[in-house]
Amino acid sequence: MSRNSIMPGFRPTIGFTLLYLSLVVLIPLSTLVFKSFQLSWDDYVNIISNKRVLSSFRVSFFTALLAAAIASFFGFIVAWVLVRYSFLGKQFFHALIDFPFALPTAVAGIVLATIFQPSGFLGKFLMQTFGVQVAFKPLGIVMALIFISIPFIVRTVEPVLLEFETTMEEAGASLGASRWQVFTKIIFPNVFPALLTGFALAFARGVGEYGSVIFIAGNIPYISEIVPLLIVTKLEQFDIEGATAIALTMLVISFLLLLLINALQFWVRKRSGQL
Amino acid sequence: MSNTSLPINPAKLLVQQPQALQDPRWVRWGLIFIAISFISLFICLPLLLVMFQAFSKGVEAYWSALSQADTLAAIKLTLLVALVTVPLNTVFGVAAAWAITRFDFVGKSLLTTLIDLPFSVSPVISGFIFVLLFGAEGWFGDWLMANDIKIIFAVPGIILATLFITFPFVARQLIPLMQEMGNQEEEAALSLGASGWKTFWAVTLPNIKWALLYGVLLCNARAMGEFGAVSVVSGHIRGLTNTLPLHVEVNYNDYDVVGAFASASILAGLAIVTLILKTALEWKQANR
Amino acid sequence: MSILLSDISKNFGAFSALNHINLEIPEGELVALLGPSGCGKTTLLRIIAGLERADQGRVLLSGEDKTHQDVSERGIGFVFQHYALFRHMTVFENVAFGLRVKPRRERPSDAAISQKVHALLDLVQLDWLHDRYPDQLSGGQRQRIALARALAVEPSVLLLDEPFGALDASVRKDLRQWLRNLHHDLNVTSIFVTHDQEEAMEVASQVVVLNHGQIEQQGSPSDIYDHPANAFVSRFIGQTNVFDLEQHDSDWLRTAGILTPDQQGKIAHVRPHDIIIEKSSNGADAPATLKDWQHLGALIRLELVKNGANGSAAHVFAEMPNDQFKDLQLNRGDKVDLKIRQAHWFH
Repeated sequence: MSRNSIMPGFRPTIGFTLLYLSLVVLIPLSTLVFKSFQLSWDDYVNIISNKRVLSSFRVSFFTALLAAAIASFFGFIVAWVLVRYSFLGKQFFHALIDFPFALPTAVAGIVLATIFQPSGFLGKFLMQTFGVQVAFKPLGIVMALIFISIPFIVRTVEPVLLEFETTMEEAGASLGASRWQVFTKIIFPNVFPALLTGFALAFARGVGEYGSVIFIAGNIPYISEIVPLLIVTKLEQFDIEGATAIALTMLVISFLLLLLINALQFWVRKRSGQL
Repeated sequence: MSNTSLPINPAKLLVQQPQALQDPRWVRWGLIFIAISFISLFICLPLLLVMFQAFSKGVEAYWSALSQADTLAAIKLTLLVALVTVPLNTVFGVAAAWAITRFDFVGKSLLTTLIDLPFSVSPVISGFIFVLLFGAEGWFGDWLMANDIKIIFAVPGIILATLFITFPFVARQLIPLMQEMGNQEEEAALSLGASGWKTFWAVTLPNIKWALLYGVLLCNARAMGEFGAVSVVSGHIRGLTNTLPLHVEVNYNDYDVVGAFASASILAGLAIVTLILKTALEWKQANR
Repeated sequence: MSILLSDISKNFGAFSALNHINLEIPEGELVALLGPSGCGKTTLLRIIAGLERADQGRVLLSGEDKTHQDVSERGIGFVFQHYALFRHMTVFENVAFGLRVKPRRERPSDAAISQKVHALLDLVQLDWLHDRYPDQLSGGQRQRIALARALAVEPSVLLLDEPFGALDASVRKDLRQWLRNLHHDLNVTSIFVTHDQEEAMEVASQVVVLNHGQIEQQGSPSDIYDHPANAFVSRFIGQTNVFDLEQHDSDWLRTAGILTPDQQGKIAHVRPHDIIIEKSSNGADAPATLKDWQHLGALIRLELVKNGANGSAAHVFAEMPNDQFKDLQLNRGDKVDLKIRQAHWFH
């Protein structure tokens, strides 16, 4: 370790940082890895290839993917509108975007369940007009995850749109491009990396989300049971091995996702010559 | 990579676009309509519903739900958890930001990544790892049992899980800010003979105070509202290990809708206060 | 293509950026819009381009009224102050952009686009950079790529906003010369905005001086230098000594030879090179003392102090060729005689 600064306090701050990081994060997380070493490969495959486990993974990933995609589409529009247009109440809506971050997930869960349950405000409407049931179906999970995803998308896209060099748009227009061409060829390619990052963040969060989902999902095995709930169920049945195997799989997948996001950002910056 | 948003200067949203970049009127109003409808459906509606449900049986029912012994115990426990975890993670955040932004050392970027780690772990897994450590079948299970110490299904477990979940919040806000600020002001203070502590209190802290408060605010909101991780380690013992979010769940599952929404409305109120303070801090930080 | 602006006004809130501008620019000229910052020159350029709408007045290109036409349909080429290159596209794709966004019927084939882009990159001598990204280029290179991109659509008018503003001094010198030559070869009507009078005089065939949203004077560089229309232009273009009759001793001015019976106005502007210096034989009665001098390359600038005066009004600057100065064999503190060849009088 090198210290090429006259700043004081390196030893105490780095010491405390490493100690606290180890105690609170690294040691607890590593127990999951060590615990999984007690499983044989066959045990692991057995647990994971169980039909109920596989369908919970399918439900979790599919709903998170769909929700992140829908939230990306609308979140982009919201960010665009907030940055580019002026309208009454704009600052109010801007502040509201973080509501899903600030609202405890359990509250979000019961609220969304209440809205979308068959007797609920929107649930009844959707049931009667379109014959669509939202609650206790994968669609309900998607709704809850859209709610959770909104701030991820808007908050990653908004700053990029704010800092966007608008003279690039003027240059495009002066070269004869229509407004639509300016958007598709100049604005969108520059905002896309941020949108993709927001999408990946929302997806990663959605896969692991628990509180806001379990109330609306109905938690029917094979249909609307998500992976985090299955871990809890295994735990309640004192099936520590099962819980460990599933949790480790989830953890590895989220880290791979994290890696993918970083690689993606690196690639985008490299491609546009910023590295 | 972060789960929390960095503050945006709200004044920037007020800037008018150059004329050549204005979209046709129908596009503008169409998109504004879509955006507002989307936010109304997914954000305003849930917000209104919490308030509506909480008072649906009248203010009296609301008060009686809130003044139940179990509810009060849940509020107390939630405050206790926040009171322990937020200061600890704040001290950590400042120390980590100082070490990372003021010094060069091997493994710095790895350390920064590791600090973010809890953000990418599912809340359920965050609770589960503490069960693996301190649960009956955990590494320390037998020893804890022999010494009659309870961590899982008790308050210490709840605090540990919350510490893990809210671990990166303060550091996440401070690191980019202190990186950008550089250390010239501190070097100036030190060269004028100020001690390290004096420099931190008189030079660094005034510069980072809004970002620090911002981080503390988000950390606190999450500490009070965490559900998944706490749910795994708590055991849902009424009056003892139920935090407010868990109390919401228990009431809801017992079909006590008013009770559930009375507790939920406290948490929603917390979220709204958080949003208001957050917006105020964004303006403060912008005008710094 | 000729440009005609008639009665253009533009306000930003309470601030009046342009005030009843009338301007005619004949075909093929290279025009500088010159003025201090905030004078409205960039706004005027953006109104000609269609990037900004005037509150009042009309824009005619080749006699056609284009006031309400969108920027994308005006057929102008615009070079932005900070170039505004598309960061996510290579140099080649940047230059090709204007061709690729043409409606299908008018769009050239890929081969034709490629040929044209490489020809343009050759023109700006940067074809070897065609697969780089803008972030990998130097300021001068970006500037030339921005120009090539604007030229790709064969604009009838080329508009440049502070084209040399963001460049190093040495690069700026080279690019000025290069732009002049390029204009000579292409002969497309061009307007550039600058706050640097030297740049305007060196590059442009016509200079339009703007101040506070109004045109102070329009003319060739020599016109503007030799016959400034008013005190602002005279002061803004080149160095000037200002003599105010109410502040200066008229006897002194008479000895210096600028108080003539037919003079009009109270304020005289005198170019430094219009002051002739000679070593004085009068001793104590001499009109000025040599305080200091600076080498400006081929010229020497002399800093003189009027005898019997003080304050800012007491300083006079004169310029003369190097060798002439050597012949005079002057030292600091020497008394000098001075004659003023020519002055511009303003009220």
